[in-house]
This record gives sequence, C-alpha cells and structure tokens, in this order.
Amino acid sequence: FLTSEFDLPEYSVRRRYQDFDWLRNKLEESQPTHLIPPLPEKFVVKGVVDRFSEEFVETRRKALDKFLKRITDHPVLSFNEHFNVFLTAKDLNAYKKQGMALLSKMGESVKYVTGGYKLRSRPLEFAAIGEYLDTFSLKLGTIDRIAQRIIKEQLEYLVELREYGPIYSTWSGLEVELSEPLEGVSACIGNCCTALEELSEDMTDDFLPVLREYILYSESMKNVLKKRDQVQAEYEAKLEAVALKKEDRPKVPTDVEKCQDRVECFNADLKADMERWQNNKRQDFRQLLMGMADKNIQYYEKCLTAWESIIPLLQDKPETK
Amino acid sequence: FYLTNVRTVLFFRAVESQNEGQCSPVDSLWRRYSEFELLRNYLLVTFPHIVVPPLPEKRADFVWHKLSADNMDPDFVERRRIGLENFLLRVASHPVLCQDKIFYSFLTQEGGWKEMVNETGFQLKADSRLKALNATFRVKNPDKRFTELKHYSDELQSVISHLLRVRARVADRLYGVYKVHGNYGRVFSEWSAIEKEMGDGLQSAGHHMDVYAASIDDILEEEEHYADQLKEYLFYAEALRAVCRKHELMQYDLEMAAQDLTSKKQQCEELATGTVRTFSLKGMTSKLFGQETPEQREAKIKVLEEQIQEGEEQLKSKNLEGRDFVKSAWADIERFKEQKNHDLKEALISYAVMQISMCKKGIQVWTNAKECFSKM
Repeated sequence: FLTSEFDLPEYSVRRRYQDFDWLRNKLEESQPTHLIPPLPEKFVVKGVVDRFSEEFVETRRKALDKFLKRITDHPVLSFNEHFNVFLTAKDLNAYKKQGMALLSKMGESVKYVTGGYKLRSRPLEFAAIGEYLDTFSLKLGTIDRIAQRIIKEQLEYLVELREYGPIYSTWSGLEVELSEPLEGVSACIGNCCTALEELSEDMTDDFLPVLREYILYSESMKNVLKKRDQVQAEYEAKLEAVALKKEDRPKVPTDVEKCQDRVECFNADLKADMERWQNNKRQDFRQLLMGMADKNIQYYEKCLTAWESIIPLLQDKPETK
Repeated sequence: FYLTNVRTVLFFRAVESQNEGQCSPVDSLWRRYSEFELLRNYLLVTFPHIVVPPLPEKRADFVWHKLSADNMDPDFVERRRIGLENFLLRVASHPVLCQDKIFYSFLTQEGGWKEMVNETGFQLKADSRLKALNATFRVKNPDKRFTELKHYSDELQSVISHLLRVRARVADRLYGVYKVHGNYGRVFSEWSAIEKEMGDGLQSAGHHMDVYAASIDDILEEEEHYADQLKEYLFYAEALRAVCRKHELMQYDLEMAAQDLTSKKQQCEELATGTVRTFSLKGMTSKLFGQETPEQREAKIKVLEEQIQEGEEQLKSKNLEGRDFVKSAWADIERFKEQKNHDLKEALISYAVMQISMCKKGIQVWTNAKECFSKM
C-alpha cells in the first residue's frame, strides 16, 4: 500500500499500484488527445529486484508521486473526473465497478476508436515529433546502458579496494615507527570505499529510474501520435468518399465536419502538450544531470577530505624516546 | 640490450673530488644489466654484514592489464633505468660500500671491468646455498635479534607482494570506471544534435566527460612510481635475510668448531687416563683386538694436543669474527631501518598527494560538467 495525502485536509486515501494503473488507463481513454505521464514499470523480474526492499519501495513511491504531480500541473488532465475520484473516493473499487457499467451504456471508451484507416502521410510537424521521439528514446537507452556499466565497474573497483585497504593495516602491525601512518592510509581507503558505495547507490536509486521513466514516456507518446494519425486518416477517408459522390452541391455532411473538428482538436491538444512536455523534459534533465554531477563532486570531496586529513599524520615526526 | 646512464657521469665528478683517482674521466659508460648483477653479487660476498641495495626487477612483474608485460616496453625500460640509477645512488651514498674500488671502477672504467671483478676471486668466497640452508636449520644459539629480523623480513616480503598484487587489480578496475565515462561524451554529442535549447549544454558537458576518461592514463602512470618505491623495499627484504643467513652460518660454524674442540679434548682425556667414558667403535675394537702400545698412545695424544691448541686459537678468532660481524651488521641494520622508515614515509606521503591530486581533478571536471548542465 502506498499512502498519499493531498492539499485538501479532509482527504486521506490509500491507493495501490493497480489503482494508479487503473487511473492511467482511464485517463488515456478519456483524454486520448493528451500525453499521459508514465507509471513506473508494472512488472519486475522476481529474484533480480527485491520488491520489498526499502530502496525499491522508495524509488516507486517517488515515481508515483511524480506521476500525480505531472497530472496536477496539466491544465486539462488536472480537471479530469477520474483523477478527482482517485484523489478523494474512500472506496475506489466501488467506483471502478460502477464505471464499467456506465461504460457499456455510454460507450465512452469507444469515443475515439476508429476503424483501420490508413494515413497516407503524416504532416511534417508530427513526423518531426515522431522522429525526435525515436532518436530521443534511443539515446536515453544508450545512456541507461552506460550508467549501468559504470555502476558495475564501480562495484568491481569497490571489491578490490575493500581488499586493498586492510593490507596496509596488516603491514602496520609489523612496523613500529610506520605503524600509525600505515594504519592511517588503511582507514583513509576505508572512507573512500564508503563514499564510493554511497555514489553507486545514489546513481541506482535516483538516476536510473528517471531515465527509464522518460523512455516509457516516449513510448506512450508515440502511441498518441499513432492515434492522431488514425483520426486524421478517418477524416481524410470520409472526405474522399464525399468528393467521389459527385453531387451537384458538394456540401460537407455533418459527420465529416465532426471528423474535421476532431482532427483539429487533437492536433491542437497534442501540439500544446508537446510544448509543455519539451519544457518539462528540459527542466527534468537539467536537474537529473546536475544531480549526477553533484553526486560525483560529493564523492570526490569526501575522498579529498580523507586524504588531506592524513597528510599531517604522515608527516609527523615521532618523539625520540 | 644496452643502457646508457647519463647521471653516472655527474656522480663520478662528485666522487672524483673525494678520491685522488688519476683516471681520466669518461663521458659515458655502457653497462649491461648483467654487469649490474655481477657488481651486486660481488658486493654481497665482499660485504656480508651490509644490507646491500637491491636491483630493480629484470622482468616486469605485478602488472595491471593495460601496462605492458613486455620487457621491451619503453615505459618499463625507462622505469628500470631509473631503478638502476637508484641502485647506484644507494651504493654511492653508503658509507662503507662507496669506498669499494670495484664499485669505483664500475663507474669509471670502460673496458676490463668484468675481468677485474673475476680476478678478485669473490665467487670462491661465496657461501654455498646448501651450506647456508643447513646452518639455518641446525644452528642452536643464534642472536635473537637476527632471528626476529628474519621473521620481520619474511612478513614484510609477504605483505608488500600482497599489496602490490591488489594495487595492480585496483588500478585495472579504476581504469575501467574512467574509460566507460568516455561513452557519455559520444552519446551526449549525438543527443545534442536533436535538441534545441539543451543542445549546447549537452555537447560541452560531453567534452568534459572525454577529458575525464582521458585523465586516468597519467594518473596511473604516476602511481607506478609509488609501486616501484614499494618494490625496492620488497627486494630489500631479501637483502636483510642474506645478512641474517650469514650470521646463522657463522654462528653454526662457531658452534661446530666448539663442539669439535670439546670432542677432541674428550678423546685426549680418554687416551691419557685410559678410561672410556663414551662408547666408541675404536674403544671396542681396541678391546677386541688388543690395546695400543704406550708409544702409539703418546703419539696420538701429542697430535690431539696440537689440534686442540690450533682449535682453541681458531675458536677464539671465530668468536671474535662472530662478535665483530654482529656488531657491524647490526649497525648497518639500524642505518637501514632509519632509511626504510624515512623512505616509506615519503612514499606514503607522495601517494596521498597523488590521491589528492586525482580527487581535485575529479571535482574540477564534474564541476565543469555541472555548469554545462545548468545551461541546458
């Protein structure tokens, strides 16, 4: 269970991951022209990730928190009825069941489902977005692999360091005058080990999840682009059908008009969302990468402090007894 | 394979002022590694009470994967040259060793040096390995300080080899960590191509990642000098053991001589008094086959008395030799201990300084990258 508490003091609800999953699906259905933020991955490989570890739970919590925040910040999604219920309803399950019943009556989910129409060509600006998303998710994937590799190499380095430091300690036991300096070096290396461990943990817990989130985001956005294509294809097909009828007064029937509206709405919503997304993405990555740089700086600062502090110890001349 | 040693010339000039040597100065000398080995072996035999400075390794040892295990590798050759130079400086700054004529000729005399060394016949004076091993096992009363010193040098050798082995592995891993960061440089550059506002920041940050990845080469090259300093003392442990072995050999020799003397005295007594205190085959055979004539006995006693007198003189001189050896060896060992403590402290300080420099470089690079990211 993950608990969330929101601004409205009267509301304090408990939600499970599957509730978030339900919300996201509902948002996709009811707001198909908008970009819905991603959820952290649903399935995790058993044995590889400990689903009950503190780190995993905390990482998930942060991602879910971000998900809600992004919806809250969205001018349209934040007013979505399902979202409101999610935040306030005591018994969400009852609402879910009710929703299913209503669904079959109103056919809400079929609102934007169009038959297999094929789009001849994607308009330039959306084609550009599609290409951008392809390259973007590719590059993020590469960065994810590099980051994982670095963490792996760091952990292997750590293993060797953990053997290295104590040897100085052993040597210290053999010596008299050199005993303190050698012990000092051993302790110093130990401190560096701790700092390195912290760096690797931070990268695993804070850096990698955000990368993955954006990869998922790109995937869902590509799907929205496809839906837009579908809507446009339907409009164009219907328009063509009318043009082929060769009537005296070629008036555009209402359902074709409706299609045209849909296309224009979709395009407008998508363009606005893309702009918002680009801006948020820039801020998110600025923060993420600065954070990564910061963590590395902190690691080196910790090591620097450790080594600087033993210099006086090493230079110390023992009192001749 | 020949080595030039330019520094030799400078040193020679300093020594020349101390000695009244009439040798015409040589500009540079050619010396092979094997000649250095010959010199060291000569010093070991001629000055067994001195902790003789070690030579650098002949073959590359304790390598980490990037560093070539190839003996012809220019970096290895250069480090070995420095090691040989260091050896000469050690010998030259030793109060006893620097006076040696063979050492002096090593530095000054181009031709015929090898013949000169062999003419000293030092190889004949060398103790056989087998003899030394035997003495180590059988000696009864060695000076405790030497026994302790032997244990110390065994442990020192063990701990420094372990340290060097693991250090090489640490270097290998650290190399990997830095180099993988180079991949960020490439991908940031590719990513910046599709970005508008973020592009410049990403591109320049990528450049810093490349700088970071490249920096490890110099860092690890410098660390090799630290490893070389440790290696010198790893090899010094063997030199310490050699002095201890010599003491054990001399002590054993002394004990054997004393034992021999005692047994001769006893034999003499038995012959003189006619009593057989201990079982001896001779005693038995003489009982079985008849006693000797008094004249024969007298002759034997005389021989023994002569031998006993010789033996006592020898024992006296051996005792003196032994005590002198212990005294002078221990003096050099104390000198060595001080040198070791000083040198290893300096080595540790320089190592810490290297680490500090590495940390500062890391902070610099990541701070630069952070600034680029902030402009995204």
